[in-house]
Amino acid sequence: MITLDSSQRPREAGGPGRHIYPGKLVVFEGLDGSGKSTQAQLLLKYLSSRGYHVFFTEWNSSDLTSEIIRRGKRKNLLTPTTFSLLHATDFADRFERNILPPLRAGYLVICDRYIYTAYARDVARGCDPDWVRNLYSFAVQPDRTFYFRVPVETARRRKDVSRLKIKHYEAGMDLGLAKDVGESYVRFQGMLKRQYDLLAKSEGFHTIDAEQSIESLQKTVRGAIRPMLEGFPKEKVLIHES
Amino acid sequence: MSRRPAKPPTSAMGVFRESPKGGPPTYGYRIPGSDVSGLKGSLIVIEGSDGSGRTTECELLKDYLEVQGHAVLETGLRRSNLVSKQIDRAKQGNVLGATTLALIYAADFADQLENKIIPALSAGFVVLADRYIFTLMARAIVRGATREWASELYGFALRPRLTIFLDTRPEILMHRTFRTYKSLDFWESGMDIGLSRDRFESFFRYQALIKAEFDWMAKEYGFVQINGNRRPEEVHRDVRECVDRITGRTHLESFR
Repeated sequence: MITLDSSQRPREAGGPGRHIYPGKLVVFEGLDGSGKSTQAQLLLKYLSSRGYHVFFTEWNSSDLTSEIIRRGKRKNLLTPTTFSLLHATDFADRFERNILPPLRAGYLVICDRYIYTAYARDVARGCDPDWVRNLYSFAVQPDRTFYFRVPVETARRRKDVSRLKIKHYEAGMDLGLAKDVGESYVRFQGMLKRQYDLLAKSEGFHTIDAEQSIESLQKTVRGAIRPMLEGFPKEKVLIHES
Repeated sequence: MSRRPAKPPTSAMGVFRESPKGGPPTYGYRIPGSDVSGLKGSLIVIEGSDGSGRTTECELLKDYLEVQGHAVLETGLRRSNLVSKQIDRAKQGNVLGATTLALIYAADFADQLENKIIPALSAGFVVLADRYIFTLMARAIVRGATREWASELYGFALRPRLTIFLDTRPEILMHRTFRTYKSLDFWESGMDIGLSRDRFESFFRYQALIKAEFDWMAKEYGFVQINGNRRPEEVHRDVRECVDRITGRTHLESFR
C-alpha cells in the first residue's frame, strides 16, 4: 500500500485547495517592475527583526531547471508548452522542498511569484487555462496574495530606470506580437496585466495600487500581515528557548 | 480554446480512432503554436515494461514497415535535447520529488512531441514510439498522482493511430531483465517508492502496481493487448496483423 504524498490530498475542482498546515503562506504577485520583489524583501526584513523564522523562495530559481530554462531561452528552443512545463517543474521542485515542508512545520513562507504567474503567462501564451490549473493543482492556496497593480507604462519606466535589458521571452517575442522588442514588451505585459486583473477577482487577491511610494506600500503590506501574526509562534517558541 | 471531454472516447479495437468532431487530434487540448490538423503520417505506440520485448518488437516492426516502403522515425522516452541530461543527473541522485519528476518527464515528452514527432508526421513518416505518455502516466500514478491529474497533464499529446501493449508476466519480465542486465534496475523495481527494501520483493510489487494502471488505461485509451510471453517472432506476427489493419497495406500495392 502506498501512502499518498501529502501534496496529493483532495482538492477543489480547477485549482489547489486550502491548506490545513500550521504555517502561513504569503505570496507577492505583479508585473516586472511593479515593485513586488522590493516589498517582499522589506517584509522579510521586518518579520525577521520581529523574531519570526521566515522562508523565502523566488520564481524560477531551482537548481534543477534553471540551467535548462536558461539554455532553452538563450537558443529560443522553448514552445509555450515546454516553457509552461519547465516552469511547473521548477515550481514543483521548490514546492516539494522549500514551501511545503516549512509550511507543515509551522513557519511563514514568502513567495516572490507563485502559481498565478504561470496562470497569467501560460494563458497569455495560448495554453488552455484548465490545463494550466490542473498542472498546478498539487499546490496549496496562499493565506494571502498581494497583487501589486501598476499600469504597464509605470512598470516599463521602472525597468528603464534599472537599465535592465528586456529579454526575448519577457517581451513575449516568441508570440510574434511585434517586431520591435519594446513594443512587444508593452503589448505582452498588457496581456499579463489583463490576466492578473481577472485572477485578482477569481482568486481573491489583496490588490494594492503600486504607484505609491515604497514606504507607504510597505506600510500597507505590514498592516495586512499583522493580524495574521496574532498568536503565531516566533522562532524561539518553536525551538523551546523562550 | 477547446475543452477536453470528460473521458477520452474509445472504440472497441482502439484503432481507427478519430478525434471528436472539430476537436484537435490530441487528448483534448490544443498545442499552442503547433498546427496538428491534417498530419499525414501515422503514430504507432508500443508500450510495455522493460523485458516485455518492446524494443525488439519496435525494431522488427520498423524493418517490416520500411520494406513496405514507409519512412519510419523511431522515438522513445528521455531522448530530447532539452532536458535528457538533467533527468539522468537527477535520477542518479534520486533527489527529486514525485511531482517534480512527473513534470520534468512531461517537459521532455512535450519537447519531443513538438520538435520530433509532429514534424515527422507532417512529413508523412510513420512514427514508431518505443513507449509514450502511458508509461509516464503509470509511473506518476503509482508514485501518488491521481489518474485525473496525469491524464489532464498529457491532454496535449497526439492520439496514436494504434497503441499496442505487450502484456507480459512479471516472472518473464524478471528473467529477461536478468538475462540482459544481470540485475533488477532500481527504478524498474520502484525502489524509490519504498515498497520494500528487498529489491526482488519490490520489483514484483512495483510491476503489479504498474500493471494495474496499464489495465485501466487499456480500457480508457483503447490499447490492443498482445501476449508478450512468447518468442519475438510470434509476438511480431500479432503486431504485424494490427499494423496491417491500419495501413491497409495499400502502400505495398502501390509499390508494385
